[in-house]
Amino acid sequence: MHEYSLVEALVRRVEEEAARRGATAIHAVRVSLGELSGVDPELFRTAWETFRAGTGCERAELALSPVAASWCCTACGAAIPRGAVLRCAACGAPGRLAERADALLLESVEMEVP
Amino acid sequence: MCTTCGCGDTELVPVELHEKILAGNDRTAAHNRAHFREAGVLALNLMGSPGSGKTAVLEATARLLPGLRLGAVSADLATDNDARRLERAGIPARAITTGQACHLDAAMVHRSLHGFPWQALDLFFIENVGNLVCPAIYDLGQEANVVALSVTEGEDKPLKYPVMFQKADLVLLTKADLLPHLDVEVDRIRDALARVLPDPRVLLLSARTGEGMEAWRDWIEARRARVPAKLRLPLAGHVHGG
Repeated sequence: MHEYSLVEALVRRVEEEAARRGATAIHAVRVSLGELSGVDPELFRTAWETFRAGTGCERAELALSPVAASWCCTACGAAIPRGAVLRCAACGAPGRLAERADALLLESVEMEVP
Repeated sequence: MCTTCGCGDTELVPVELHEKILAGNDRTAAHNRAHFREAGVLALNLMGSPGSGKTAVLEATARLLPGLRLGAVSADLATDNDARRLERAGIPARAITTGQACHLDAAMVHRSLHGFPWQALDLFFIENVGNLVCPAIYDLGQEANVVALSVTEGEDKPLKYPVMFQKADLVLLTKADLLPHLDVEVDRIRDALARVLPDPRVLLLSARTGEGMEAWRDWIEARRARVPAKLRLPLAGHVHGG
């Protein structure tokens, strides 16, 4: 389980950004979580609830946006059905994973600045 | 400041960042990668379940490539047994005992390089913690990911752990010598892999009998040919931390 070390890195980065901008409060942290990012949303949220106590994120809302793992053909763009072999049924070209479907991204932070 | 009336109240602003949460690890991994390339060392991240045969593959690789200088770091939660096995097989090895950590990160690999004569190697293996979940998401600075999957693990393993197998530049189907004793069809494993990554590269081998090891050697040689011999370039912005 690596969700704790990820949340630790997230909180540290958000605090650093808030300090750089002289923020007086952090209201929300928006994270995009790809289905193939290797991160479990529930564990991530649990880790967040545990870890944020006593940090600058203590009162911040965590907004998680899931990104589904969808594949499409690299040549003709046709969608490849879920669970299918990752080659286009029409033209035989290999599939490509949707952008951000394998990523865990800190998208934005809502903070109060003077 | 509130710009509507100038009352001095704070303002709520959205700060757009759009960056990877693992950006810090990725920077350290890039640093490791620069080190390996500079020294002309091919670094491979070997992953797989506990008992998938990672250490046995490395022992057999030492027998297969006597002309190459091999080295390894081997990660384990609690023992240095694998590193000692590798040493006995003639592979200089260092153990990384991770405690409760279920994966290696780039900083652990970087620390393990200190005091280890990795620059003199042709081929450097990072034998990751036996785990099909966590190691997949941490870049360590390797040139390629090799995932060991033993034929005893079940035909649908790639479907159960898509994140790991999707990251595989090569899948080694190990313990091929056990196939006659199992109700396992290799084609079904290949089919499962083709459903989690578009162009799976798969080699069936046995560290015990040597079956399939030539193809593994060819793959390593092809990868080595892509690593420039001793670049000797100064590392840009090279800062040496812990």
